[in-house]
Amino acid sequence: MPETHQVVILGSGPAGLTAAIYTARANLLPFVVEGEPSSTSDQPGGQLMLTTEVENYPGFVDGVLGPDLMTRFRDQAARFGAQFLTRKAVRVDFSSRPFRVWTESTEGEPDILAEVLIVATGAQALMLNVPGEARLMGHGVSTCATCDGFFFRNQKIAVVGGGDSALEEASFLTRFGESVTVIHRRKELRASKIMQDRAFANDKIDFLWDTVVTEVLGEGKVSGVGLTNTVTGEKSTLDASGVFVAIGHVPNTGLFAGHLDMDENGYIKTTDGTRTSVDGVFACGDVQDHVYRQAITASGSGCMAAIDAERWLEARGEA
Amino acid sequence: MSEGITALSDATFDEHVKAADTVVLVDFWAEWCGPCKMIAPVLEEISAEHEGKIEIVKLNIDENLDVTRRYEVMSIPTLMLFKDGEPVERIIGARGKAQLLQELQAYL
Repeated sequence: MPETHQVVILGSGPAGLTAAIYTARANLLPFVVEGEPSSTSDQPGGQLMLTTEVENYPGFVDGVLGPDLMTRFRDQAARFGAQFLTRKAVRVDFSSRPFRVWTESTEGEPDILAEVLIVATGAQALMLNVPGEARLMGHGVSTCATCDGFFFRNQKIAVVGGGDSALEEASFLTRFGESVTVIHRRKELRASKIMQDRAFANDKIDFLWDTVVTEVLGEGKVSGVGLTNTVTGEKSTLDASGVFVAIGHVPNTGLFAGHLDMDENGYIKTTDGTRTSVDGVFACGDVQDHVYRQAITASGSGCMAAIDAERWLEARGEA
Repeated sequence: MSEGITALSDATFDEHVKAADTVVLVDFWAEWCGPCKMIAPVLEEISAEHEGKIEIVKLNIDENLDVTRRYEVMSIPTLMLFKDGEPVERIIGARGKAQLLQELQAYL
């Protein structure tokens, strides 16, 4: 059998890495299953790995790049002895202690055992799930504006969504594109006031309101999107060679179905701080928060989970 | 970076890929691409572990637009596998080592 870690953390965004920093400083030798490289936000470092400038993380007066911020978090956790495994958990079993986690394969024996487990697997971007989207992924459809904006220099770009991430991508993409059209299904944006003001003031950005994308058009690469007006039902097309999707997030909780209680949207239910429905399993960050979803709130709840985990072990004379 | 991964350019690309004794995996990347940085160590490991069967090279798309345009790369990281100088496989987007090896298995 593999050795039993005192604390295993699943996930390595702001929540998971803050939990790692705190539990490492408490000499609990946290073992972080940090995830695997991907071009979605489901990767080590989490959603901030696909962002550029973070301007609202306290302490960084002039802003900080998302990936740089996460590298600092990780280095800080490593400095205090956190260990990292660059793989994804593929199966868990919380029915008895030590808790069991599989990362190699869902078959056979688990490769990780944990006295206490902190779930910080975060959330990932939703896709449109319309015809053409999957086929043209990487050929004009992108999940990463910072990676792919470059390829749309002097071209027409469409951004789908109305929240902060949609407007952040739209603003970023104006560096490259000839024009950026934000397509939003409602008449009002969910985004924060400052992001809205910035987008409205940018003359490269225009808006299509009450509009949904029904299809991504193009043969070998994207040529445009098919649209439907949600009020009038009128159909139209918009020429674009790049389509960036930022319509919201789903929690990465498929792994925990049947093991942890979740709400109707799949977010893990927490009570009394960061406790889940299983004694000894704690959850923090976006995996249990669909309200605030900020780096600083994720980080704050990661700290709470670390303290809750430490006290839980202490109460059993195990820390 | 590591000795195993040669950086190619528009000027050296064709000759290098055609002259190779093994299949060549080209990593289209750029400095500003987070997922590209995440897969760099994975590629180094594969390069070291499968020496003699596959050669892994990289091409900075910022500095080498000709080759990037010729293969219509529109998203990075893109990995393209060349056999006898011809592209045989295209992998778009970062992924973990196990999955990448599985996709390359037929050529290793």
